[in-house]
Amino acid sequence: MQTLTYEFPAHLPAARRTHVGVVGSGDLEILMTPTDGARVRVSVRTSVDGFDTVWRTVLERFFARHPVAASFELNDSGATPGVVHLRLRQAIEEGNV
Amino acid sequence: MSRGLNWTRALADGPVDAAVPSVITAESRLGDDTARLVTVVPDPGSPYHRARKGEVGLREGLALAEAVTAVVAEDSPLPDDRRRPVVAVVDLPSQAYGRVEELAGLHHALAAAVDAYARARTTGHPVITLVVGTALSGGLLAHGLQASQILALDDPGVVIHAMHKQAAAKVTLRSVAELDELAKRVPPLSYDVADWAKLGLCDDLLKVDDADDPTERDVRRAKDALTAAVQRARRGPRDLSNRLTSPGAQQTRTASRRIREALAAQWD
Amino acid sequence: MTLTDWPAMLGRTSFIELAARERARALLDDGTARELCGPFDRIESPWLEPQGVVPQCDDGVIVVKGGLDGRPAVVIAIEQAFQGGGIGEVSGVKMAAALSLAARDSRDGTPTPAVLLLETGGVRLQEANLGLATVAEVCSAVLELRALQPVVGVIAGALGCFGGMSIAAGLCTRLIMTEEGRLGLDGPEVIESEAGVAEFDAGDHALIWSIDGGRQRVRTGLADALVLDDVTALRSAVIEAVRQGVPAEHRSQGIAELRARLEALDPARPPEPADLADVWAGATPRKGAVR
Repeated sequence: MQTLTYEFPAHLPAARRTHVGVVGSGDLEILMTPTDGARVRVSVRTSVDGFDTVWRTVLERFFARHPVAASFELNDSGATPGVVHLRLRQAIEEGNV
Repeated sequence: MSRGLNWTRALADGPVDAAVPSVITAESRLGDDTARLVTVVPDPGSPYHRARKGEVGLREGLALAEAVTAVVAEDSPLPDDRRRPVVAVVDLPSQAYGRVEELAGLHHALAAAVDAYARARTTGHPVITLVVGTALSGGLLAHGLQASQILALDDPGVVIHAMHKQAAAKVTLRSVAELDELAKRVPPLSYDVADWAKLGLCDDLLKVDDADDPTERDVRRAKDALTAAVQRARRGPRDLSNRLTSPGAQQTRTASRRIREALAAQWD
Repeated sequence: MTLTDWPAMLGRTSFIELAARERARALLDDGTARELCGPFDRIESPWLEPQGVVPQCDDGVIVVKGGLDGRPAVVIAIEQAFQGGGIGEVSGVKMAAALSLAARDSRDGTPTPAVLLLETGGVRLQEANLGLATVAEVCSAVLELRALQPVVGVIAGALGCFGGMSIAAGLCTRLIMTEEGRLGLDGPEVIESEAGVAEFDAGDHALIWSIDGGRQRVRTGLADALVLDDVTALRSAVIEAVRQGVPAEHRSQGIAELRARLEALDPARPPEPADLADVWAGATPRKGAVR
């Protein structure tokens, strides 16, 4: 198991905190908490080691399009980049970004 | 050789009865009390072919429920502080794994046993568990874990756990060696009774001379420990809350306390 | 409902397809659901990270208070996708404590029944002895509440209710199941692993459902209602089960009935699952039997 952390620039406000997903096989849960300031902070706990670069790429791409000023906690159980993207989208949609 | 049988005979003051060959009962004098001992033992001749080695199967679940309910019924006219202790002597490999067991609803037969033991406890009977051998899984849930006090022998043959090691390794996709390693860092995984005793569930860990076949000294020690447990049970709560307040629990069950407090704080 | 009743079929909302949180909220009256100790409280298992297992922020049990047909109730839902619904230290205490708080309220003048959504393999092996202990605590708490208010178990599937938690199911006031739901102490894989494929072929789905499935359990009196996999139907069934109140005797107290049923079976030549209901229909307790 690994804990990975990332930061990206941000400027979009989120209206409220949200929670989506479950820590099931091939899935992940996401807790999004709005913050002040100009950063996205992401921490990922993942059961699959060695994918730091993949996570960075997926997250960098996502937050370039959705630079949300919030902290994201991801608890991942082997989700594919597609599923990660889907859950992130759900989180920001429910947070009325 | 059955530790359960040997310990029951050794602790008994009087005859050992068998409502069915696999569930035996006896009386045992503990201080001023006469306790009812209840034990599940092997029955190689059982018509249930998956319940011949001391497993808790359909017949045993029913017999346990009947034995404990009978004690409660007999003592119900007495004031609650005079109701007899029930001592579950535990040495069992597991519940019975079999088709007829699932067909007939073994979960329900075990629920009947749990119901009976919990009812004994909540109506004031000191319910004491004495683990003398293996105590695994559903078998222990039905016969042992509803007690107000749990005692165990401090002996390598005493193994308390949710699943025997080979099966647990298979299900969690680890090797037995890996499980042993993990158990050093994660106490609830350990198969060692000394580690189990640190989880807050153990009210007394007894050193004995011969865990297979108790000596007279072992019997005296056990009876003293059981008598003290009866007194603690009578003074203590009739729910299972002492499992959260014991010295071991103070160390190990901080998450339990945290969730209980948070839930209570948010409830209204 | 026949297969050609398309409007009815299309009007259904599957309960099985919902995650535990959505199931719990779907059963309660609109707008009344309030989750306790949810994900943002972050009260998770302390035992999983040290084993390289990723925790879930609610430890896989969701507690939601709200209204059920206008009256207070608590729904406690197990998330089957997390660790196979296995019960650990935090999740088990969460269930037990919620049941005890409902009992406390019920004693203090606010009757609060509980609905348990039981999709679980039983004890979470990654927490072994603490999971086993908390399942025992859940059983004790079910007994505490059900003396005062109904504790209604719902087993909808697809995972079903197995392991030590099937004993908790057996203690419930009433059990509601779907066709897809299953209830049994030991799952087919465990039995095959312990006893061999001749004893139980875990690949034989028809066999599994003929023994553990909702239809069989309801027919044989081990569960109370067989309901369609539909949110509206299940909500109605839950409301009805609560409305029926606390019985004079719970199923798990029916020892004479249990004895009669076991005496009606020859373990060397057990009946076919399809015949069990008829065999047991003829099995009545002996007069004067000890209760």
